[in-house]
Amino acid sequence: MTQPIPPSQRPTLLQSRADAELDRLREMLLEMAGQAEELVRLAMTGLADRDASRSKQVRRADDGIDALEVEMDERVLEFLALQRPVAGDLRLVFVTLKASNDIERIGDHAVNIAKATKRIASHPPLPDILEVREMGDQVLAMLGDALGALVNRDTAVARQVVAADERVDDLRRSVFRIVVSYMLEQPRYISPGLEMILVVQNLERIGDLATNIAEDVVFLAEGKSIKHAKLGDGA
Amino acid sequence: MTPPASVPVLSAEGLSVSFDGRTALSNVSLELPRGRIVSIIGPSGCGKTTLLRCFNRMNELVEGAHTAGAVRFEGFDLYAAHVDPVEVRRQIGMVFQQPTPFPKSVFDNVAFGPRASGFKGDLHALVEEVLSSAGLWPEVAAELDAPALALSAGQQQRLCIARTLAVKPSVLLMDEPTSALDPTATARIEALVHSLKGTYTVVIATHDLQQAARLSDLTAFLDGGDLVEYGPTETLFTNPRDPRTESYLTGRAR
Repeated sequence: MTQPIPPSQRPTLLQSRADAELDRLREMLLEMAGQAEELVRLAMTGLADRDASRSKQVRRADDGIDALEVEMDERVLEFLALQRPVAGDLRLVFVTLKASNDIERIGDHAVNIAKATKRIASHPPLPDILEVREMGDQVLAMLGDALGALVNRDTAVARQVVAADERVDDLRRSVFRIVVSYMLEQPRYISPGLEMILVVQNLERIGDLATNIAEDVVFLAEGKSIKHAKLGDGA
Repeated sequence: MTPPASVPVLSAEGLSVSFDGRTALSNVSLELPRGRIVSIIGPSGCGKTTLLRCFNRMNELVEGAHTAGAVRFEGFDLYAAHVDPVEVRRQIGMVFQQPTPFPKSVFDNVAFGPRASGFKGDLHALVEEVLSSAGLWPEVAAELDAPALALSAGQQQRLCIARTLAVKPSVLLMDEPTSALDPTATARIEALVHSLKGTYTVVIATHDLQQAARLSDLTAFLDGGDLVEYGPTETLFTNPRDPRTESYLTGRAR
């Protein structure tokens, strides 16, 4: 899902090469993003099913994202050195590099969830906590929306993602309270409860990283940073 | 007395220039702040050199040139009837694309301007001072009597800058000053220009976008004689306001 520049806007051979390379960077980013989204989905399914076997699958898939990130770094460095982009091209390359780093971190958090799932599966099951599932659905939706906004340079959707992060934070606090109450009631819930707290911390970080990507979309499209600004402050 | 920093050194107000009826600049207004480096960029024929030459009245040397609007230097009308264009060109010096040393010695090239304007001080000290400012002194100190034309192209260009500085201008206009130089000589000129910042106001017309990005505090983008965009260089190169600027900087046709 890339947005190639129309041929009418490619006047020179050199520029076509730059455009082709930008297209390639976009494709790689979307490939990474798709893999990371799938990884989070896999990790959350594994958690819901208490399926420890998913852990290995998630870790293996994360290696693919890591490899893409390394390749992305090399390509971006080469592009900066050879094409010296400015203006919109420069912002695109800058955002691509940052988003690729964020996506790689999302993969790592999915791996952390998968590892915690493996440990959770060896303990007595906690009562079902709906908020954990809702949190997983919420960060997956945020991730999908952030990536969609990146593809379409849709700042309205990007701002919705930024706003949605508050709900994730609220859910994390709720899960904390619920898990702690279980742990106080039943000592056997202490170990799985601690692991569940790790899971929601990782989910919250995924939400933060999706928010970073959404904020970068606004920077890409409008050239202004909305990081660390409250939405009511004109952001 | 030095004018307050709030008064721009140079400003153009509704400046239009035509040559034999053909418009070269159209209604350009901008202010050049004191002690800063300003780049003028744009495609060939956009009016870069014409604008630069307006700032020291060099266009009037061209037959068929017609200038309308105002150019102010330290707040005063540069084109007023009583203003001496020769004095204007002393205070607002110019360095050209090709190094243009006189067929004289290194020393005489630098001393030429001060001598012509009746300089009464220590000429040797002045020559050393400006050659040092131009970063050329260590290279030529031992051979000040050598012909200037024997210097390398990069050294010749720095000599021309020194020659311009010798008459103590407050503004330095540079028209593609490194386009005839190799990367090493270019880097030296850029380092020199950077070192002049603060003491002099420097205006550079350049095709080299990276040079404009590296060197200048402010950048003006001209297209077809229009001032399309003018502002802080970092803003222009990262987030230009006008789509024409974006198209030019990224090399895409409109």
